Order: sequence, then C-alpha cells, then structure tokens
Amino acid sequence: MGTLSIAMSWDDWLTLIQNFLLLSAVAMGGPLVLLPEMRRLLVDTHGWLTDDQMSASVVIAQAAPGPNVLFVALLGWNVGLNNGSYGWAFFGAAALMIAMLLPSSLMVFSTARWIHKNGHKAGVRAFKQGMSPIVVALLIASGWTLATTGTSSLGDWPFWLVTAVTTGLVLWGKIHMFWLLAIGAFLGATGLLSWA
Amino acid sequence: MNPPQDRVESNADRAKPESLRELFVFFSLLALQGFGGIVAFIERGLVVQKKWMTREEFLEDWAVARTMPGPPAINMSIVIGARHFGVIGAIVSVTGMFLVPTGVVLVLAVLYAQFNDQPQVVDALKGMGSVAAGLIIATGLRLLTALRSNVMGVTVCAVLALASFVLVALLQWRVMYVLLMLGIVACGYAYWCIRARDRSA
Repeated sequence: MGTLSIAMSWDDWLTLIQNFLLLSAVAMGGPLVLLPEMRRLLVDTHGWLTDDQMSASVVIAQAAPGPNVLFVALLGWNVGLNNGSYGWAFFGAAALMIAMLLPSSLMVFSTARWIHKNGHKAGVRAFKQGMSPIVVALLIASGWTLATTGTSSLGDWPFWLVTAVTTGLVLWGKIHMFWLLAIGAFLGATGLLSWA
Repeated sequence: MNPPQDRVESNADRAKPESLRELFVFFSLLALQGFGGIVAFIERGLVVQKKWMTREEFLEDWAVARTMPGPPAINMSIVIGARHFGVIGAIVSVTGMFLVPTGVVLVLAVLYAQFNDQPQVVDALKGMGSVAAGLIIATGLRLLTALRSNVMGVTVCAVLALASFVLVALLQWRVMYVLLMLGIVACGYAYWCIRARDRSA
C-alpha cells in the first residue's frame, strides 16, 4: 500500500483522538457505519492517511480473527507509520482503539447496570421484548449484506451456495464453525468458487 | 436417573463464570475464532457451551447491546462481564476481546503489505466472507426460535422481523432509522401487552 510521510504535532494527535472519542459516542450499529466519516477526517481533511491505507485497514481487520472494530487500531497504526516510526505506530493504534471504545463502553456499562437493577419494570421489559424481533432481523440482514456485497453477478452463485450450505451446516450439522471458515478460505484460494 | 437439570434450575444455581481468568480466556478464545462475525461464536459459547444464559436471555441482552453505540459484540462482552464481576469484569471481558486479536491483526497488516497482490489471498478472503455470512444468518435464524416466548406473540414478532429485514437488507435503509421507527412501535406494543398480561394475572 502507498505510504505517506507526515509530521504530526501533539495538537494533531489531540484533534485525531478527540474526533474518535466523538465518533465512538454516536457509533450506533457498529463502527463500520462511520467509515465515510473517518475517511473524510483522515484522508480528505487532514491527509494523514492514503485512500489505499484506509481500504486495506478494513480488509485486513475483516480477514483477521477478532472484532471488526480492530480496523480502527490499524488506522492509528498507519497514521503512526506515516508519522515516521513503529513507535508512533504502536502509539497511534493504542490511542485510536481506546478513543473508539471508551465512550461507548462507558455508556453500555452504565446502561447495563441500570437495566439490571430495573429489570422488573414494565418499561424495561417492554424495551427488551419489543426490540428482540428487530435485532434478530438485523442480524440476519447483516449476514445477507455480507453474502451479497462484492458478489453481484449471477456468476458468483458458488459463493451464495457456500453461504447457504454453511447456514444449513451450522443449524443442523455438528462441524465446528472454525473449520467451516477454514474450508471457505481453501475453496476461495484454490479458485473453486470463481470458475462459474 | 436424575431429572433433566434445566427444568429445575433456578437463577441462583445457574452456571456462571467462576473467575476473572475464566472470563478472560472465554472472550479471548471467542475473539480468536470469530472471523467477520463474532456474534455466532458468542451465542454458541454463552448458550450452548457454557450455559451461562438461555437463548431467550441472550436475545434480551443482545437487544440492549445492539441498540447502544459501539460494536454489538463488544457491548455484549461488557454486559456479561459487568453482570458477574462488576467494573472489573467488564474491563477484563473487553481486554480479552482485544488484547490477543490486536497483536494478530498488526502482524497481518505487516504481512499484507507484502502479499496483497496475490490473487489467492483475495479469493481466500472472499471464500471466508461467504462462510462468515452463513454463520451470522444461521445464528439469526436460531435466535428466531427464542421469539416464541415473546410477550407480543409470534405473529407480531414475525411481521416486525420481516419488515426490518426487508427494509435493511433489500431496500437498504439506514439501520438507525429502522431501529427508531419500528423500535418505538414495537416497544409501545410490547408495553401494552405486558400491562394487559399483568392486569389479568
């Protein structure tokens, strides 16, 4: 990926961290939703990252084990690298990751506490019961979106077949989910899914 | 022969994490197994393997985790950690989710800089993406069964779920609008149902 050479002042870092603290508090439904916002900040407004570094960070985080939000650590890592050293890269990764998690985590923690104490109240029960069918549907929808983005033409049907078979195997099979992922990687790498 | 345990179990003697260490190891392993969709592994780990909660309870907590800001899977680990060990539990759970995976992802970033022009790498990722999609869809379908005991009744739940799916997956509405619009209607109706049930009980 293309690199950049920049020199960031402490004020720059502060601006960066403040922006991510703010993004964290409004990151409803996961941080990937905020990608356009982050791109505007990092690439367009300040030129701390290249477009390629931005996209690569998302791709790698999705390919890696662990929460997808780790792409934020990679954004910080790349900003630090652009700033000249692995030391800055570690600093950038840690700073952005913590900034991205702290506000939302504190909000969730206090809400969870409050809900636990007031779980018997009709309003709290109504919230949980009412939201349940919607969040289940959102889960299925995110799987659907994952299955269909990047595989738009009918020639991609082998990929959809893999998704369908996986769904069936998880529901009715005994095979461990981790092996399913490994098989998917193998099928993809050997080109067995792209021939159609 | 003992009677089936899950019938007689009360909340007090339900299985629960014994130590912070167990919590940390649990979430670390989950995070390391989960590619693209940790939620599938969390649901299986909490409900099937550890039996720390029922599928219905998982869904209720997930409703909270999903509607708050922040990544839902991370929020879920905070809810679980906080329930069993308070502030420390929440911190330990989140750290478990992040510590080792961050190391892995940084190593991958360095490797990726060298291998990103290999088509096999790109295709392997695509194959894994398709599998991850299946894992998530299956988890969602399994959670549908937990709606059977929902106070709003199966039909209303089905209508709400179908409407949400169509709006988000097919019509590509913003998730936030769907959560707000359908959420207010659903919570209002659920409130009415709970009140009606409490009155008649």
